[in-house]
Amino acid sequence: MKKNDLILQTTTKVVTFIIIIFAIHLFFAGHYTPGGGFVGGLTTSAALVLLLLAFDIKTVSKVIPFDYKKVAASGLLLAIVTGLGSFIFKVPFLTHTYSYFNLPLLGKTSLATVVLFDLGVYLVVVGVTMTIIQTIGESE
Amino acid sequence: MSWLHLVILSPFLLALFVPLLYRKFQRIHTGWFVLPLPLVLFIYFTQYISGVSKGETYLHSMKWIPSLGINFDAYVDGLGLLFSLLITGIGTLVILYSIYYLSKTKEALHSFYVYLLLFMGSMLGVVLSDNLMSLYSFWELTSLSSFLLIGYWYKREKSQYGALKSMLITVFGGLSLLAGIVLLYVMTGTFSIREIISNVDVVTSSHLFIPALVLILLGAFTKSAQFPFHIWLPDAMEAPTPVSAYLHSATMVKAGIYLLARLSPVFAISATWFFAISIIGLITLFWGSFSAVKQQDLKGILAFSTISQLGMIMSLIGVGSAAIHYDFLDDNIYLVALTAAVFHLINHATFKGSLFMVVGIVDHETGTRDIRKLGGLMSFMPVTFTIAIIGGFSMAGLPPFNGFLSKEMFFTGMVNVTKMDMYSMQTWGILLPIIAWLGSIFTFVYSMILVFKTFTGKYQPEKLEKKPHEAPVGMLISPVILASLVVIFGFAPNLLESTLIEPTMASIAPSLLAEGKEYQVHIKFWHGFTPELFMTLGVIIFGILLFMTIQKWSKIYTRFPSSLTLNNGYNYGIKGMEKGSTRIMKTLMTGFIRDYLLIIFTFIGILLLMTLFSQNAFAIDLKDTASIGVYEAILAVVMVAATITTLLAKSRLTAIISLGVVGYTLSLFFVLFRAPDLALTQLVIETVSVSLFLLCFYYLPEFRKRKVRVKFQLPNLLVALLVGTTVTLLGISANSTKLFESISHYFIENSYEKAGGENMVNVILVDFRGFDTLFEITVLCIAALAIYGMIRLRLTKEEEE
Repeated sequence: MKKNDLILQTTTKVVTFIIIIFAIHLFFAGHYTPGGGFVGGLTTSAALVLLLLAFDIKTVSKVIPFDYKKVAASGLLLAIVTGLGSFIFKVPFLTHTYSYFNLPLLGKTSLATVVLFDLGVYLVVVGVTMTIIQTIGESE
Repeated sequence: MSWLHLVILSPFLLALFVPLLYRKFQRIHTGWFVLPLPLVLFIYFTQYISGVSKGETYLHSMKWIPSLGINFDAYVDGLGLLFSLLITGIGTLVILYSIYYLSKTKEALHSFYVYLLLFMGSMLGVVLSDNLMSLYSFWELTSLSSFLLIGYWYKREKSQYGALKSMLITVFGGLSLLAGIVLLYVMTGTFSIREIISNVDVVTSSHLFIPALVLILLGAFTKSAQFPFHIWLPDAMEAPTPVSAYLHSATMVKAGIYLLARLSPVFAISATWFFAISIIGLITLFWGSFSAVKQQDLKGILAFSTISQLGMIMSLIGVGSAAIHYDFLDDNIYLVALTAAVFHLINHATFKGSLFMVVGIVDHETGTRDIRKLGGLMSFMPVTFTIAIIGGFSMAGLPPFNGFLSKEMFFTGMVNVTKMDMYSMQTWGILLPIIAWLGSIFTFVYSMILVFKTFTGKYQPEKLEKKPHEAPVGMLISPVILASLVVIFGFAPNLLESTLIEPTMASIAPSLLAEGKEYQVHIKFWHGFTPELFMTLGVIIFGILLFMTIQKWSKIYTRFPSSLTLNNGYNYGIKGMEKGSTRIMKTLMTGFIRDYLLIIFTFIGILLLMTLFSQNAFAIDLKDTASIGVYEAILAVVMVAATITTLLAKSRLTAIISLGVVGYTLSLFFVLFRAPDLALTQLVIETVSVSLFLLCFYYLPEFRKRKVRVKFQLPNLLVALLVGTTVTLLGISANSTKLFESISHYFIENSYEKAGGENMVNVILVDFRGFDTLFEITVLCIAALAIYGMIRLRLTKEEEE
């Protein structure tokens, strides 16, 4: 008997975006309010897991064709490169800096290099969680 | 690097080329290539005699590890020269003998001569080293090469056993010698023997004096086969006979005697030295000669005889140490013991070497060494018989051979002990000459057995494997030379007096010599009607009586239970150690992780608790604690309840869920204690891990899913309580002792100022301590890759199958 997951799938289609937006909010707000790369990454993967639950692995990997191992690797690379970047300015490894800019649309905004590092953390967390879940899910 | 260094190292250098020569010149016996070296060395060392006998010494330094004070210092004085001459001289004869003894075709000659040269070089190194560290290195090399030589016929089980036994015992002694050397270094700050001797006051006043003395004695006793470490020597007789003649009669077993003589100026002042050496020596003398009588194997007799003779030399060195307490060189009656020790050292090397060679010839020409099968060989081997008589009578201490002279002096030395007015020797000093005398009687008996049971009596051709005949000339040269030395030294001991004995005594007891004085040693046959003479007469009379009646009293040997012998003790000791260590291994290494965990936790708990209370570190200070709110109390109750549920749950599912409860309560605690980041993370992570647990549960095999409560086990409960208590007490104590101001103020003040962030936790994670985060995400990556690898690799393997 084929199960009909219509309600679940429809709700998922709506909720996933809300979760992802919340995750992005958590990520960007991390420097000033609770949140950050780690929680943001976990929440993003929660959204992806919800997709996995509502649909099946094949569909999800067709829609989001990421190799999560590469996601994790690129996150790690980003974090290290951010650290190495401080060598260009002849300061110790992983020295961060920040400044305020007047951007169009957003107005006065502070931009900090820690966000790049945090992005690395974010990508690693998403990549790692999804790799684990996908691997276990696919195994018989 | 001087000539002397080259001389010491030359056997090692030649050993490098021996295999090459063996391969290249298969038609010539490899021994011929080796033979010139010891001969040249012997001639080289004879050149030192004239200088050394005038009291000169020679020192050549070579840097080895100068930063540690370890140098390869070669030093020639009377003692070193005497031993070098013995090593090279008898070495030459033994190699000559071995050329005829070992077959060119059947034996692995290259390894034999490599080992023998290694041994010769290391033995020269031992006796010519002034630095204790290089002495020790050569010492261990002699143990190693002797191990290789004993196990030469490595396919025989007995050879393996003998080699292993001698290795274990001598290396045990070698290591304690090393410890003794290190203690000497600690006391004096130098490894040089001469410098230690010149600093002897520092040594004798140190509290490490006795430990160093005991350790060095252990080293010397094991090497020289003294009671109770003598048991390796009889089993070492599995070696080829040239090896037994060289190592186990003339050279290696005397390394211990050399060591004691060499360090005598350092230690001889103490009563421990006097008692230990003389008493152990006398016990060895008696026990060796007593046991030699019951042996059936010719080499067995010689092995125990060597033990006994070494004991005799030892006891003489011990008794001779009393001479140090007397200032006057003239009429110092204890000096005679030292003289006797040195003289008998030479004599023993000559007659024991020749006797071993005789036994080798008998073995070689008849095919057996069992005295029950031998007899009546006199007419077949007249030359061998003559040598045996000379060697045997010299060993028994009969005139006119050199053994008689040293035995007389031995008795003199022992009788003099009774006149000693220290160490309360008047009361029981009389025991020493009596034991010595008894030992000498048995020495006489086994010497006679050796000579007469082999060569006279009934000829039993049916028991022999070969038809006996006289040995080839080449095989007889070496024993003939040694036997003639026995006679020459017997008739003309003055040849040795000023050349070797006097300078050797100057090395053993230098403190007695005034400036420019020399020892004056005179050895003579006739002392007049002294107690020694009557003792010798007694030895001969009782010896003959015992020899004649040996059938009647030899049963007493069977009375001695074999389970009480030292050999048995050794065997059981080895077996027991193996069994014991296996048992300990099996008890501790069960293979169950639960047992290891139990051990680990017990130790953690006990160590921490002991530290806590032995350091008086336990403290309760409630000054800084916050007040407890209602919410905290409720959450704590929930958490405890969930924990207890987890422990007592019947089904695993319940345990997983209640574990989840614990996790969520923890994140609520984080909320209460105002840690929003932690609370968020904890919530998500707890969810993930609970689902992973459920996954694991889902895939459990059916029979594991049965609902069974965790079995109650008292040790587990006790250990868990122990660890819980420990950690709680530690937590309370740590919280109550705040030694420093927290660093958090810095973060509070600077997280916005310097890092431009208001979320302090995140700023610390990515900025102040971003380095940690970098490696935590690395850990995550590794974990993901590991899970991926674990699952995927297994799958591909299944596909292949």
